[in-house]
Amino acid sequence: MAMTWVWSGMVILSLLFGICTGNLDAVAGAAMEGAGSAIELSLSMAGVLCLWSGVMEVMNACGLSDQLARAFRPLLRRLLPQASRDRETLSAVSANVSANLLGLGNAATPLGIRAARRMAEGCDGVASDELCTLVVLNTASIQLIPATVATVRAAAGCQTPFDILPAVWLSSILSVSAGLLAAHALSAVGRWRR
Amino acid sequence: MNLSSLVIPVLLAAVAACGLGRRVDVYAALTHGAEEGLSVLLRIIPALVGLLTAVSMFRASGAMEWLSGLCAPVLDAVGLPAAVTPLMLIRPVSGNGALAVATDLMSAYGPDSYVGRVAAVMLGSTETTFYTIAVYFGSAGIYRTRHTVPAALVADVTGFLASAFAVRLFFGP
Repeated sequence: MAMTWVWSGMVILSLLFGICTGNLDAVAGAAMEGAGSAIELSLSMAGVLCLWSGVMEVMNACGLSDQLARAFRPLLRRLLPQASRDRETLSAVSANVSANLLGLGNAATPLGIRAARRMAEGCDGVASDELCTLVVLNTASIQLIPATVATVRAAAGCQTPFDILPAVWLSSILSVSAGLLAAHALSAVGRWRR
Repeated sequence: MNLSSLVIPVLLAAVAACGLGRRVDVYAALTHGAEEGLSVLLRIIPALVGLLTAVSMFRASGAMEWLSGLCAPVLDAVGLPAAVTPLMLIRPVSGNGALAVATDLMSAYGPDSYVGRVAAVMLGSTETTFYTIAVYFGSAGIYRTRHTVPAALVADVTGFLASAFAVRLFFGP
């Protein structure tokens, strides 16, 4: 529903602004052009996007995601000490994190949900601290190779679409850390209030 | 030779070699993955058509400029370019919407401009927060989310600020 409001709001505001500024011709042209450019963008992205999905699949088949999952287990044990006691939850969470790192969003979500369901058992609909942490971890992007972004850059005519990688990593690390720290601090504040 | 032009060929060759070493049917896995990429693309095309239409209209009518101008004083103070305002507003709500806005910014300002790079880094280092929260808590049957939303928004805002910071750090202002 949220997107209904966003989309309708944008279109209605565009009409009002177009009338006020006398740009209505440009607005009409932009609507047609925008729809066309969506297909152009999709076509120019298609090849590279398919290639990357293929490469990720090969990495997955090589066991890279299992290795990543194993590498992250000690960290996750510290982050989610209670949930980690349950072996199946821990393996689902670590597989979720490694799928996120590889940019396999389609694989990451079901794994994360499986972990969240197990962690929510007996919680009576109230999120536990660790469940909040898991969700915050998933709302902050942690991607080794942001393939879609690089593809869009290449489609826009960039010669070196991957040169933003270090900037993306730095920004991701800062944002994930801030989210986890905030979750920790806010849960402490919540307990203190009670 | 540019160092970053090594990344793609080396990565492809390394993945192939790793697959061969582990006796993986590399080609079958590659084509299977590519098929999945195609289905992802098919799913986002309808959303992109709708959103790029709206975003183009929004820019052409001058509404985008008005919205950016509105937030410019605050954003200038923290070092963010005002042009990315629409991207920051839509990012937590819709992944395809953010993709459409970022694409529009990159083609309007150029992918190697400051605004274009900040938009790309923002897109790569943040997630569709509200969608993710809804999916996870919805399927886990949680109705009291406690501090999840504020903490996730702290992560988003940090990601936005850090994107501009990281682009200035690695590419200069």
